[in-house]
Amino acid sequence: MRAGGTAAYSRASGDPALFDEQPVSPLSPGRADDEIVLAGTTLIADRFGALYWPDEKLLLVADLHLEKGSAYAARGVLLPPYDTTATLARLAQLIGRYAPALVIALGDSFHDGGGPARLPQPSRSALMALQRGRDWIWLAGNHDPDPARNIGGRFAEVIVLGALTLRHEPSADPCDGEIAGHLHPLACIAQRGCAVRRRCFATDGRRLVMPAFGAYAGGLNVRDGAVVSLFGALSFTAHMLGERRLYAVPAARCLPD
Amino acid sequence: MTVLERASILPEPFTRWFASRGWRLRAHQLELLAKAQAGRSVLLIAPTGGGKTLAGFLPSLVELSGAAQAQERPAERRRRISMGREARRAGGLHTLYISPLKALAVDIARNLEAPIAEMRLPIRIETRTGDTPTSKRQRQRRDPPDILLTTPEQVALLLASADAPYLFGALRRIILDELHALVTSKRGDLLSLGLARLFRLAPHLASIGLSATVAEPDDLCRFMVPQDQPGGSRADLIMAEGGAAPHVVMLDSREHLPWASHSARYALGEIYALIKAHRTTLVFVNTRSQAEGIFQDLWHINDDNLAIALHHGSLDVAQRRKVEAAMTTGRLRAVVCTSSLDLGVDWGDVDLVINVGAPKGASRLLQRIGRANHRMDEASEGVLIPANRFEVLECRAAIEAIAENAQDTPAPRIGALDVLAQHVLSCACGAPFHSDELYAEVTTAAPYAQLARADFDAVVDFVATGGYALKAYECFARIRRGKDGAWRVANPNVAQRYRLNVGTIVEADMLKVRLLRSRASKMIPRGGRLLGQVEEYFVETMVPGDTFVFAGEVLKYEALVEEEVYVSRTTSEDPKVPAYEGGKFPLSTYLADRVRAIISDPQAWRQLPEQVREWLEIQKWRSQVPGRRELLVETFPRANKSYLVCYPFEGRLAHQTLGMLLTRRLERARLRPLGFVANEYALAVWGLGDVALRIARGELSLAALFDEDMLGDDLEAWLAESALMKRTFRNCAIIAGLIERRFPGKEKSRRQVTISTDLVYDVLRSHQPDHVLLRAARADAATGLLDVRRLGEMLSRIKGRIVHKALDHVSPLAVPVMLEIGREAVYGEAAEALLAESEEELVREAMQ
Repeated sequence: MRAGGTAAYSRASGDPALFDEQPVSPLSPGRADDEIVLAGTTLIADRFGALYWPDEKLLLVADLHLEKGSAYAARGVLLPPYDTTATLARLAQLIGRYAPALVIALGDSFHDGGGPARLPQPSRSALMALQRGRDWIWLAGNHDPDPARNIGGRFAEVIVLGALTLRHEPSADPCDGEIAGHLHPLACIAQRGCAVRRRCFATDGRRLVMPAFGAYAGGLNVRDGAVVSLFGALSFTAHMLGERRLYAVPAARCLPD
Repeated sequence: MTVLERASILPEPFTRWFASRGWRLRAHQLELLAKAQAGRSVLLIAPTGGGKTLAGFLPSLVELSGAAQAQERPAERRRRISMGREARRAGGLHTLYISPLKALAVDIARNLEAPIAEMRLPIRIETRTGDTPTSKRQRQRRDPPDILLTTPEQVALLLASADAPYLFGALRRIILDELHALVTSKRGDLLSLGLARLFRLAPHLASIGLSATVAEPDDLCRFMVPQDQPGGSRADLIMAEGGAAPHVVMLDSREHLPWASHSARYALGEIYALIKAHRTTLVFVNTRSQAEGIFQDLWHINDDNLAIALHHGSLDVAQRRKVEAAMTTGRLRAVVCTSSLDLGVDWGDVDLVINVGAPKGASRLLQRIGRANHRMDEASEGVLIPANRFEVLECRAAIEAIAENAQDTPAPRIGALDVLAQHVLSCACGAPFHSDELYAEVTTAAPYAQLARADFDAVVDFVATGGYALKAYECFARIRRGKDGAWRVANPNVAQRYRLNVGTIVEADMLKVRLLRSRASKMIPRGGRLLGQVEEYFVETMVPGDTFVFAGEVLKYEALVEEEVYVSRTTSEDPKVPAYEGGKFPLSTYLADRVRAIISDPQAWRQLPEQVREWLEIQKWRSQVPGRRELLVETFPRANKSYLVCYPFEGRLAHQTLGMLLTRRLERARLRPLGFVANEYALAVWGLGDVALRIARGELSLAALFDEDMLGDDLEAWLAESALMKRTFRNCAIIAGLIERRFPGKEKSRRQVTISTDLVYDVLRSHQPDHVLLRAARADAATGLLDVRRLGEMLSRIKGRIVHKALDHVSPLAVPVMLEIGREAVYGEAAEALLAESEEELVREAMQ
């Protein structure tokens, strides 16, 4: 906002079509705007920051960072102890929406090695309830490299399913069909002198980095070298998470920090 | 008081010193001295140039000189001071002086040194600010001076140390300078809690308050003393004889008065002529970007090479001190400045104050104009320069208010809970405390006099374990209650962390701006001249190559390296204007009422410039002029959209909140609102649905649209996602010590250690909406960035008094706010729309 005594707010530049209840993305005619095609596989990118693979009835989430609040509290920063509850509640909504047969958490599911032990009983019960009637796999992350007890599910380092490879940390080399987490990508755009910052999926159609799912998970700008180097150039798209849909913005149009 | 009595209270060295200067004590100075010597706390209200500072220190100087003579000879005293580490004097501090500005404390100390040296008084006087070296600070705790000049934050730090009882136990006097400026913010809350503690530590303490004229001196009198009596306690009040009334006029420009500008560029030639015709001129503006703009423009026409300088809060401190020093020695003809120069030491040579733009408040304007001519018997000269037509009305209202000596300083604060949390931790860092005792002490601070015990306990609970309904953090407590019932800090880290985070001023995250040194390769060489700081969010919107005006120059953004912005000089003529904030006071309720009175009374228009009169005449003919207590609502079609413009005159912040809530309601009424724009006086909302038609058909009632119930569910729903509310929450979280401040030099690691308060807000709001920090943020929203209280008062005022005019096209009064559409940046509330727009722009590009 420019200093000087006035402020403005605008819902849009005036296109009435933008105000329909279910806006249609003009970018992808004939394709729902929540679809991402990765190495020939069609996935649904959910505005909560999860991927759903309909053919496999598979739900993917990354970087839950459960018990981050209590990890901070142990260091004297008493963040509200509700992050695990909030993260699991959103996960429950997703599971209700897609009824997946398999859920895979792409690593850093707990903020630290002590997380599973600190998990309060109500959260542990909630987590177990989510796993009932479906398979559940915890992938290894850098925050949680080892299998933990009393959290259900199975543990794996990497999973290859069809054309897709699922792992926590993106590999340094080009890797077709890789879905990873770890980087917590977020994108920033500026419009009319105002910056908007959102978590996002980053993909060039060959590989994909998922947004962090945890309530307290921070983010890394997609223009950061760590993200850009994965794609070799600014040739990827940031699918920014919105209130009702995703917004696709080419990386070249996103602002660096 | 008789002449004889007056003479007798001033000791001999003083009378001689005054006589040698040809000075005579003024009546208010003597009266203050007498009351202070009788052990009373006193508030002195005097105009600038009234010798306030000297009056404030005189009781301490007299007392200290007398004590020295009675008890010991100066030589012995000095020897004892220099005896080294273990030599603790029985005393501690005698007098504590607290100023809102550290620079002011330093200047005052310097000014006091002369009389102390000339009268050979055995008095040691020192300053303590954030800039004081650690070694000196440690020495001050061990071996305190007689008089310490400092800031509220330093007092809080001293109180949080184990030395506090020794340092302050014998404190006799506390001098609160510029008290009117201190009490209006959370710093005032912090100071009030510090005062409560000082009065308990020092049984013989009395306070002296120094203030400019305020609307309710009684509020300040209560602030200065412990509220330990039923009905409250008050300091005595001394009102100095008013000096000559200021001479304030509005520039009667021959140029065309703009409809909606904020730059006052039309009057530039006239401003320059005024500077030329005076010795030294202060040119006050309301925002930093206005300061930059006017400064640039003045130098464009500065054919006589007059020494014109720039001063605002974002400039590098060294640069600001340089300007102030040049001012003191009379080397400048003019300084273009913001509220950064509202307070400070007197500059005798200033003979004109120009205020560009809206005065915002009568008292504030009066204090600014008082910066000219610091001699009481000469009138201060002030010229008001409205930047647009509405501001003409505001200037007129302010001039009338000043003529009547009417004041519109804000009402006293209710103590903030986040500040209380900081204070509770501070107390625990000093010494163990019992809840009952601390509660009793805290409620002697005027802003906290009405604090409920339950709220106090909630704050203590917050400090201990976060105050969460879910008791998850007992093992991580910051303070713990021992078997004796006293609260103590859990470990030394807690105290260490408190000391780093003390204070209530939360700046936006700032980045340093450095001038790029010439470079041979593509590498950015580190270092380079420091120009100042800009808000991080401003930099976020720029890409390398963008140009902006800063520090009086047009600069090109080159790169961001390690949290520093590197820029180069450029010759670009069309810079992107800086969007950094600064000095956005809303129009005072009092002036707003006077503006409405002027508009509604055609008789009063005679006082206005011809162009403005004509504008209002046409408004009267085409639509109507708003009544003093009514709300005029105009509707008209324009370019296939339907517009609704209303004129509450309640300031931009309240209008912005009203705009948010109205668009929600219009959306529910399926009127498909598209946007709104607010300025200080009016609000315009536009959309696709025909509002006028719906009203005509009786399907929409303006009374219902503007009903107070919008402050219920609609406000709640908006607060859930409001970026302004999240910013408010962040400030509370930092002040209360939930999360830590960022420190220069430590930014590199901050992405790993700091956590976004937006995420914390979302989680806390959905899981514990009544948490003490959310309540603190809500209390701030009532008066701060959202100005909800003022909106509520307006809605109640206009109930049953809404006047609707259905027009065919835009009215003259609506033009200024309509001109803002598209010119102003969209505020951060419309994130979704911005995302959609960004995506849409690409589509347009792709289709071309």
